[in-house]
Amino acid sequence: MELFDLPLIWAFIIGFGIIMYVLMDGFDLGVGILFPFAPNEEARDTMMNSVAPVWDGNETWLVLGGAGLLAAFPMVYSIFLPALYIGVFLLLAGLIFRGVAFEFRFKARTSRYLWNWAFAGGSTVASFAQGAVVGAYIQGFETANGVYVGGALDWLTPFTVLTGLGMLAGYSLLGSTWLIMKTEGYLQQWAYKITLPLLLAVLVVFGIIGVWTPFVDELVRERWFSNLSIIWVLPVLTLLCAIQIYRSVRDRKDGMPFVATMGLFITTYLGLVVSRWPYVVPPEYTLWDAASAYESQLFLLLGLLFVIPIVLVYTAWTYWVFRGKVRAGEGYH
Amino acid sequence: MELDPLILSRIQFAFVVSFHAIFPVFTIGLASYIAVLEGLAFKTENPLWVKLSAFWTKVFAVVFGMGVVSGIVMSFQFGTNWSNFAQASANFLGPILSYEVVTAFFLEAAFLGVLLFGRDKVPAGVHLFAAIMVALGTFISSFWILSANSWMQTPAGTELRDGVFYVTSWSEAIFNPSFPYRFAHMALASFLTGGFVVAGVSAWYLLLGREVEANKKALSMCLWLLLFIAPAQAVLGDFHGLNTLEHQPTKVAAMEGNWETSPNVPLLLFAIPDQENQRNVYEIGIPSLASFILTHEWDGEVPGVSAVPVEEQPPVAIVFWSFRVMVGIGLLMIAFAVTGLVLRAGGRYWRTSWFLQGMRFMSITPFFAVLTGWFVTEVGRAPWLVYGQMTQAQALTPSLTGGMALFTLIGYIVVYALVFSAGVYYLMRVLYVGLEDQDEDEHEAERPKRPFSAAHVPFEIDEDEHHGKPASQGGH
Repeated sequence: MELFDLPLIWAFIIGFGIIMYVLMDGFDLGVGILFPFAPNEEARDTMMNSVAPVWDGNETWLVLGGAGLLAAFPMVYSIFLPALYIGVFLLLAGLIFRGVAFEFRFKARTSRYLWNWAFAGGSTVASFAQGAVVGAYIQGFETANGVYVGGALDWLTPFTVLTGLGMLAGYSLLGSTWLIMKTEGYLQQWAYKITLPLLLAVLVVFGIIGVWTPFVDELVRERWFSNLSIIWVLPVLTLLCAIQIYRSVRDRKDGMPFVATMGLFITTYLGLVVSRWPYVVPPEYTLWDAASAYESQLFLLLGLLFVIPIVLVYTAWTYWVFRGKVRAGEGYH
Repeated sequence: MELDPLILSRIQFAFVVSFHAIFPVFTIGLASYIAVLEGLAFKTENPLWVKLSAFWTKVFAVVFGMGVVSGIVMSFQFGTNWSNFAQASANFLGPILSYEVVTAFFLEAAFLGVLLFGRDKVPAGVHLFAAIMVALGTFISSFWILSANSWMQTPAGTELRDGVFYVTSWSEAIFNPSFPYRFAHMALASFLTGGFVVAGVSAWYLLLGREVEANKKALSMCLWLLLFIAPAQAVLGDFHGLNTLEHQPTKVAAMEGNWETSPNVPLLLFAIPDQENQRNVYEIGIPSLASFILTHEWDGEVPGVSAVPVEEQPPVAIVFWSFRVMVGIGLLMIAFAVTGLVLRAGGRYWRTSWFLQGMRFMSITPFFAVLTGWFVTEVGRAPWLVYGQMTQAQALTPSLTGGMALFTLIGYIVVYALVFSAGVYYLMRVLYVGLEDQDEDEHEAERPKRPFSAAHVPFEIDEDEHHGKPASQGGH
């Protein structure tokens, strides 16, 4: 009676939503992380202008992901959120502060420095929390009968701190290459200057995580060191992307560093997915265990098939409208 | 002292949801008002309508922005603090809440930008269409949310198997027994909120003698609206109460402060409910009136709280007093709406100082009415989360400790205090600057579409802006 493998379709939809979110909110969070280090206040104006038209559209993917997870994989939702309780709070608080800073910084004059800190602090905390979530997912969760039974801070381990730092470095790289693409003059030069050290930091941290991950879990080790050698193409691609970032920055290319950084993120993400596939709540539950009822998945799928293309078209249109370089003193006030 | 995660989670949810609720309840009503103004502007080409619409659209933008920010927290509360409930009800609530999110995005994606920034860039008809779609979108959003809430009050169309709800009929679950009443009650509450806020702000401007023609029109419109919907809300509230009597008799008993099931129950005006001894310490009431209102017979039987075991009773005092505050405000609203009609004779409604002062005060009352109304229906459902099927204690996240819940409760209070005091402060600035001098600056085409950027008001007070003199716009 079940015509399609709906949990599989939903896994692709949620997986697509996650990478869309990481790539799109990643660069604007990265701009926030880099904010305090910018050359001057005018540069900060331009940096914020470069992401202001698109950031909230980017965050819609997070909310859609949260609601979609509840609808399609309630077990993931009801295990991850309790397990990451404190982290989720930090993530939300960070996102709220930076969101409000977007609204008020342009209206403020004497209190502007406060909103600068809200923007930078919120972005940094939210990014770190997201990285820690990824680490916690790789680590797995202590469950019994489909319910989380671990402690409040189980998610906070040396490994998750490292993945948190990795996310900070990665988002900063997305942010700096975004600025290379969207700005010019001394701000762009600054972005070129910081990109290579950031790339180095990303490679070091991602490298340690890559080596560490197989030792965190038996299944991950088997996956990578058994006969499924085709997946080794992913880390190779990641390295090629890194080389491409290096070369394009060296040659002072505009768009390529950002594109290559997205490539680096996508290949790393796929590497993570194959490490744990098909477990969505490691170490125990697969995506089929975690799925909601067939009729519930179907009911929402029908609506989403209609809406997702519209959201995608609208997103593309927004980026098209705000294409090209952002100049100092222009645009958003 | 042992910290109880259940009570802390309930306080936390009450706090974040109450804070969130005040924004949409206003924007839903205001969106419809803006659509009406746009319609009038389109039809008559009177510049006053455009002026009013442009101003209230700014206010809408700021409040909508705050609602979006506070709404993000809501979508994670179910998982963090009520994970057993999330897991059990996801088959129904997951798709319903997702549809709400999808509606909100679709609305924001397609029409909000046109409404906020498109006045001079798209044809007038398209702008009007966008305004109508935004208003419609806010209703569709509340449709899903209220359907979800009503299902928790009067569950239908689902069956509980092995601790998980499965949908047996989507239409029965979505249009569950209390949904039509709750949706209509809430829709009118939104209109009342929008109406009283617009009327109150207009009254304030009239007192200051600012933009008299436009604000007179706005006040007049609102008073006509309120004259019909304030009494209509009372009637509708009565129907809603009868529906509750049928499905959740204990809640009605708590609202009435009635402990023993009996005939000739008085309508209590004042009482101090004493839950421990299952009686009221002190009460003043009108004989048999509660029986008459609820059963339409003077000697009709009204259910009592004590009919169910103590552990299945809601906290009566909260429900009882919240209900009285809500009804009291409702009666005050009717009184002001009728007074407005009386003062129309000789065109006094916009010149009578005490009336304008009163309307100014009334602009904050709908928020209290809405919140106390929600306290009645939510606290009155206790100890059930899904009425008769799942208690709040069963719904709680098993791994949650009191310390964790306290940490985030304090955290949310601090975050909200900082963020929303800035938001409300800014909203006051927008109101202070007012309708005058709404020149758009010429960078409009370059302007990213952020809700707040629809309001061109600086965050700080200008030097030349003290003592009632409105500021010049911009400050770039």
